[in-house]
Amino acid sequence: MSNSIKNLTLKIWRQLGPTVKGTFETYNVEEISDEASFLEMLDYLNERLISEGKTAIVFDHDCREGICGTCSLMINGQAHGPQRGGATCQLHMRTFSDGDNIVIEPFRAEAFPIIRDLMVDRSKFDRIIESGGFITAPTGGAPDANLIAIPKPVSDSAMDSAQCIGCGACVAACPNGAANLFTGAKVAHLNRLPQGQPERFKRVEAMVETMDEYFGSCTNHGECEGACPKEISVDVIALLNKDYRKAKFASRKDLAR
Amino acid sequence: MSLTQDLLAQNTVQLNSKIPLGSIEDKWDNYKADMKLVNPGNKRKFKVIVVGTGLAGASAAATLAELGYQVDSFTFHDSPRRAHSIAAQGGINAAKNYQGDGDSVNRLFYDTVKGGDFRSRESNVHRLAQVSVNIIDQMVAQGVPFAREYGGLLDNRSFGGAQVSRTFYARGQTGQQLLLGAYQQLARQIGLGGVRLFNRTEFLDVVTVDGRAAGIVTRDLVTGEIESHAAHAVVLATGGYGNVFFLSTNAMSCNVTAAWRAHRKGALFANPCYTQIHPTCIPQSDDFQSKLTLMSESLRNDGRVWVPKNPNETRPAHEIAETDRDYYLERLYPSYGNLAARDVSSRAAKRLVDKGQGVGPLKNGVYLDFNEVITRLGRDVVQERYGNLFEMYERIAGENPYEMPMRIYPASHYTMGGLWVDYELQTNIPGLYAAGEANFSDHGANRLGASALMQGLADGYFVLPYTIGNELAPMLGKTIPGVDHPEFKKAEQAARDQYNGYLNIKGTRSPDWFHRELGKIIWDRCGMERDEQGLKQALSDLPALHEEFKTDLNVTGDGMSLNQTLEKAGRVDDFFQLGMLMCRDALSRQESCGTHFRTEHQTDEGEAKRDDENYCHVSAWEWGGDAMSPNLNVEPLEFEAIHLATRSYK
Ligand SMILES: Cc1cc2nc3c(=O)[nH]c(=O)nc-3n(C[C@H](O)[C@H](O)[C@H](O)COP(=O)(O)OP(=O)(O)OC[C@H]3O[C@@H](n4cnc5c(N)ncnc54)[C@H](O)[C@@H]3O)c2cc1C
Ligand code: SF4
Ligand code: FES
Repeated sequence: MSNSIKNLTLKIWRQLGPTVKGTFETYNVEEISDEASFLEMLDYLNERLISEGKTAIVFDHDCREGICGTCSLMINGQAHGPQRGGATCQLHMRTFSDGDNIVIEPFRAEAFPIIRDLMVDRSKFDRIIESGGFITAPTGGAPDANLIAIPKPVSDSAMDSAQCIGCGACVAACPNGAANLFTGAKVAHLNRLPQGQPERFKRVEAMVETMDEYFGSCTNHGECEGACPKEISVDVIALLNKDYRKAKFASRKDLAR
Repeated sequence: MSLTQDLLAQNTVQLNSKIPLGSIEDKWDNYKADMKLVNPGNKRKFKVIVVGTGLAGASAAATLAELGYQVDSFTFHDSPRRAHSIAAQGGINAAKNYQGDGDSVNRLFYDTVKGGDFRSRESNVHRLAQVSVNIIDQMVAQGVPFAREYGGLLDNRSFGGAQVSRTFYARGQTGQQLLLGAYQQLARQIGLGGVRLFNRTEFLDVVTVDGRAAGIVTRDLVTGEIESHAAHAVVLATGGYGNVFFLSTNAMSCNVTAAWRAHRKGALFANPCYTQIHPTCIPQSDDFQSKLTLMSESLRNDGRVWVPKNPNETRPAHEIAETDRDYYLERLYPSYGNLAARDVSSRAAKRLVDKGQGVGPLKNGVYLDFNEVITRLGRDVVQERYGNLFEMYERIAGENPYEMPMRIYPASHYTMGGLWVDYELQTNIPGLYAAGEANFSDHGANRLGASALMQGLADGYFVLPYTIGNELAPMLGKTIPGVDHPEFKKAEQAARDQYNGYLNIKGTRSPDWFHRELGKIIWDRCGMERDEQGLKQALSDLPALHEEFKTDLNVTGDGMSLNQTLEKAGRVDDFFQLGMLMCRDALSRQESCGTHFRTEHQTDEGEAKRDDENYCHVSAWEWGGDAMSPNLNVEPLEFEAIHLATRSYK
């Protein structure tokens, strides 16, 4: 049967809008079941705030099972909180103890302006994908799916990086606010597959340049890997850099011609 | 005269399902041969609004833009990639017959009609089976990393309700990979300027002028701004309404608002009582629970379902001797065993739990046991197949499924009912279409596993892009009403009044409180089993609670900024009204079929008893001015290619 966790002190970031100054507010949660998820604890707090006539704390969430990438909280300074390999919504209160102080902030980065309270705008990720994170394959013209045999290890490693949920924890964890893990994951997914070869260099060039327009630059801190709920490896950044160098080299050659 | 014929004579709306002529195999080809075309140069003169960026919406928007239409795409999510489709785990069906096990378009067609308990429209289902094969080709071309065999070819698994292996999958994240495929294709079109994306924007109303869809009214969720958008056609690909139960496997923001507001503007809502309860979810653990988590049905391929024979059993699972276990699905349904259809296995679990044979601290689950397969194939193979699902389970339930059987219980998962559409996926409002889970089209009274992803992509990629052209071609050169038309202004004002109304009640209960209470009523009275008395009770409890909602709702904050409490209020209001329609629909269908199980109508063995004489029809409801007085319209279902037969998974 479930036990309960008592006397939590929450310091939560409240901010009315992108250009308004924000501040920490302190809230107490006297008791919560250890079976509750972290977000259910916030739901519970919000219900209380509403009943007191106060505005609820705004935070992003949807699937609550670690797949949609919507939830995005810094908990005690860690993106998605203390657990490894999970998103905020997968964190359970059994991770905490009686009397804990918990600091809850939004994902902070230049490229992720705060919309309100704990909600940030991550649409720059979409801009990166729009610039090249796809395979051009208009509907209708595809050949039979089994015409291309793809070695299982190739397909598996593409899948490893395709699992990225686009949450932005890597950016939030990075001291430079770089998006190389996110971009690298998408490039590694598509550039490893035979179907991705025709646009391989064009893709990486466009995506890296869009990324550089909005995000900080990577100086190999490696914080991103530890924060990533899908445990995407920094190897994808090496692949990103390698393909980008090759792409630049190829386009210089084209220019010279 | 049968009841169907009686009711048909009383229809208040002309329902033309537009089924093409010809044999079942030829209908779709005949349709395409006869349909009107818009020439490529003229397509850019048409604006199409697509609401929703799940599998159905993203694939439709991307394809329409590739064809040359101007597309405006709307989602309340921050990014198209977050749509609820992302959460689908198990897989997607297609009649590829790559396993050479006797699959074919006809077999998939048959399985789907049978799985739906003969309450779907044959012509639509056959088309779905036909285009299923193109979906896999398309998704592979886009780089979806489906699971492969060592030889490099695509792998398949089997799913409930089928005796062939036709399900394609990408680990336990098939929905994610398919949605990312469709999202990338949509993103490409956004980058090229073919699609304009309106994210964090909620659809509130469809605007009709002279009976035709002229556009939509939306609310910018960040600024609270109410705005209008005009178009030649509007597609609603806004997903299902499983969250009417409050606790469900759906993402938190799934709701019925788009379909419901269209319904209130005249679109018929079909078969609302057909809601699917999924047999394999993690049981509820306490009162704080905000949603339930699905454990993919694919687990039933290798897991064996059982309960202790003795209701007073206290030993932990692995100490219970084989002879003291009841593998009830294998016992009751020897040929399908653990893969019996969803509704059948859900009810079997409910009955045993009701009899006190449930397991777990709250005795509210049954075991799903992997011991046999781990012994037979080894832990590595099992990890390869289900690793991430096992991990997910352990994270939530705090138990390791390699050692302890999982505990599972049915939960609300999918809704077969939805906006009534014809063969072209057009609602009865010209120019308004519905695709994916939002329509009622293909699954009848029960959906087979791995068929929703298939339907969403079929609708968006291979059906709508053709059928919309047929409607638009004759509109070439005609002007359409702009957003300054009085109908738009009226709808905008109504939306403002509605949201200000919620803010002004200043009562004592939050929208979530009402949602929870409403959900309990629907789950108890209109869930896995229904009866006349319970449904009548719900039809008196729901309006009473809705009245309370209108007078005692408490929404804090304001309307001109981001306010999630206010958003939720609108969605709960619509769930109330839908809930009343669900109960009304369930009450009027005096038979059991698929997921709609009326306890008064069952065989001696406790199976659903259909009444084909009187209920072989679609019930399509017209808004009658308030939630308690809808008008029933019926579309009789004719089975030409498949014989109406009693569904059996024995
Ligand atoms: C946990 C889970 C697992 C599943 N697993 C499988 C599986 O293995 N195989 C299978 O075939 N099916 C599965 N299903 C079912 C399947 O995932 C869904 O039926 C399907 O993805 C629905 O797709 P859709 O495009 O119709 O809608 P959704 O993906 O729900 O998309 C709806 C879209 O509409 C938008 N929207 C909705 N309302 C509004 C509004 N008012 N204004 C603006 N935008 C709006 C949303 O933002 C979203 O973009 C699963 C479902 C669940 C819950
Ligand atoms: S790489 Fe990891 S942390 Fe970064 S967006 Fe993807 S899933 Fe999130
Ligand atoms: S809410 Fe979907 S990943 Fe957390």
